[in-house]
Amino acid sequence: MEARTADATSAAAPATGAAISVRGLVKHYGEVEAVRGVDFDVAEGETFGFLGPNGAGKSTTIKILCTLARPTAGAARVGGHDVVAARDDVRRSIGLVFQDTTLDDYLTGEQNLRFHAELYAVPKAAVPERLHEVLELVGLWERRGDLVQTFSGGMKRRLEIARGLLHSPRVLFLDEPTVGLDPQTRASIWKYLDELRRREDITVFLTTHYMDEAEHCDRIAIIDAGRIVALGTPDELKAEVGKDRVQIHTDDDQAAIAALRGRFEIEAAVHEGAVTFAVADGEQFVPRLFAELGIPIRSVNVARPTLDDVFLAHTGTTIRDAEASTMDRARLSRMARAVRR
Amino acid sequence: MTTTPATAGATVAPVRLPARGLRQDLRAAKMVCQRELIRYSRDRARMVSALVQPVLWLFVLGTGLSPVISRGAAAGGVDFRTFLFPGVLAMSLLFTAAFSGVSIVWDREFGFLREMLVAPVRRSAIIVGKAFGGATVATIQSLVMLALAGLVHVPYSPSLLLQLAGLLFLAAFTITAFGIMLSARLRQIQTIMPMMQMVMAPMMFLSGALFPLSNLPTWLQVLTRLNPLTYAVDPMRAVVFQHLHLSQAAQHALRPGVTWGGWPVPTALEVLLLAVMSVAMLTVAILRFDHTE
Repeated sequence: MEARTADATSAAAPATGAAISVRGLVKHYGEVEAVRGVDFDVAEGETFGFLGPNGAGKSTTIKILCTLARPTAGAARVGGHDVVAARDDVRRSIGLVFQDTTLDDYLTGEQNLRFHAELYAVPKAAVPERLHEVLELVGLWERRGDLVQTFSGGMKRRLEIARGLLHSPRVLFLDEPTVGLDPQTRASIWKYLDELRRREDITVFLTTHYMDEAEHCDRIAIIDAGRIVALGTPDELKAEVGKDRVQIHTDDDQAAIAALRGRFEIEAAVHEGAVTFAVADGEQFVPRLFAELGIPIRSVNVARPTLDDVFLAHTGTTIRDAEASTMDRARLSRMARAVRR
Repeated sequence: MTTTPATAGATVAPVRLPARGLRQDLRAAKMVCQRELIRYSRDRARMVSALVQPVLWLFVLGTGLSPVISRGAAAGGVDFRTFLFPGVLAMSLLFTAAFSGVSIVWDREFGFLREMLVAPVRRSAIIVGKAFGGATVATIQSLVMLALAGLVHVPYSPSLLLQLAGLLFLAAFTITAFGIMLSARLRQIQTIMPMMQMVMAPMMFLSGALFPLSNLPTWLQVLTRLNPLTYAVDPMRAVVFQHLHLSQAAQHALRPGVTWGGWPVPTALEVLLLAVMSVAMLTVAILRFDHTE
């Protein structure tokens, strides 16, 4: 994996110069292996994304990096500090935005931030200026005196981002920063995050299961079932796939898959309700496909490689299918629990 | 959302955090305490509803039973409501303080506990701050009841009010610590209310708040001696009675005092015991409170 090629000698111990450095990270919850040996480095000032379906081990990794969970094996350093041995140093150098809101609804926006400033012992003289700066950054300075319970979901998330920045952390962790928000609000959050990266000297580590959000990152790691399966810049990863994605709708998908294998030696599978396969120069391939497949095609769609294809190439499934199957599993286990009661 | 990030904005030098020390932990504890007060000041419904119960006990039950009890020879002409007053003060405190303590379960449910637990401070700072905040809120709440003293023939003497306020704070602190200890490992709001009912009602009935703890069968005696609230009610009643002109017999009948195997426990020791219990319960709460998985 690319993460390790940089310096072969550092394979055992985490690098000290990087903003985040992780080596051989493993986390078990009883029988469940949530993280199964993860290595990567994040450079200072980089925006690094963890992309994967729910249950892939993203949140567990973030919890370990934020000192909220202890690794079963392996080591990690954040801001140069070991996450187990120097917990408080790590905590002082990170800002956190969790998946679920952690604001006090009965306090105003400003009171929530002041609470944070006191807990992190921000020097009193520095508080007013910094408070103004971070609230203005997320466009909430005018609303600072309002109770948080009057805020919309997007405003709450922005307030949490401001709060996470208040003590000038070296690394800002964002666990699914836009989950549960509508597309418009998601876009606005990203506008603020991009502005933040421009203005503050900060490393951002985020997890997401939205492909389009991963595109905002300098580098991304694709994580599946507790392991990193690909790591690089979005462009590198897409170039690695090289092929275009073709999806066709036919009257007989199984026959089409068989025909693709027989005539073109292409492995296809049904994803998202369409026969899907990867092929170089897809647009040139389509006329041949119509001429030689021998099965009526109702519609065809050719797409340049996306991160979804990268995901597909490395895991054999699309992120949406992976998500659906995790949800099915969760639903089944919920039902099983309900029955047992 | 039409607001856009301000583009100009001269950047402020990044904040530099000091290393963690006692001063930083105290700052955090003070803020946690302040938050309790802010939340309380916003919750008018809680202020009013916490007053209803004690007022009912004092002016409805107290007034209703007063003719029956005050006529009894032992009472020496003392108004039953005067007797009841310190007990009702303790009760008003019991519910508010216990609720403040267990509100940590709400903090957990609504996520704010996480904000506190990931900060670079000791969890003891957070829990001590929470206990002081809860105790202050409960004391303020019971001071409203204390203001009604004159209505039940308890004089507004400054020394009496000061001593009562001090005892109320200590008792509130102990009960809040008790609540925090109970909820340190609880994760579900549904379990907390039945548990409160199960614990609070016996604490109230076995504390001497409603009747003198004399001539009780042994099993009841033992239970009352194990109840922390007993050691809050008795000193408060002692202080009130000191400021009334009561006959020796009436004093003895209405406030037999707490005894351990026949040995009368001095009031000072009761107060000390409260303080020791609160520290012990807070320690247990801090130890039980885990913040890593």
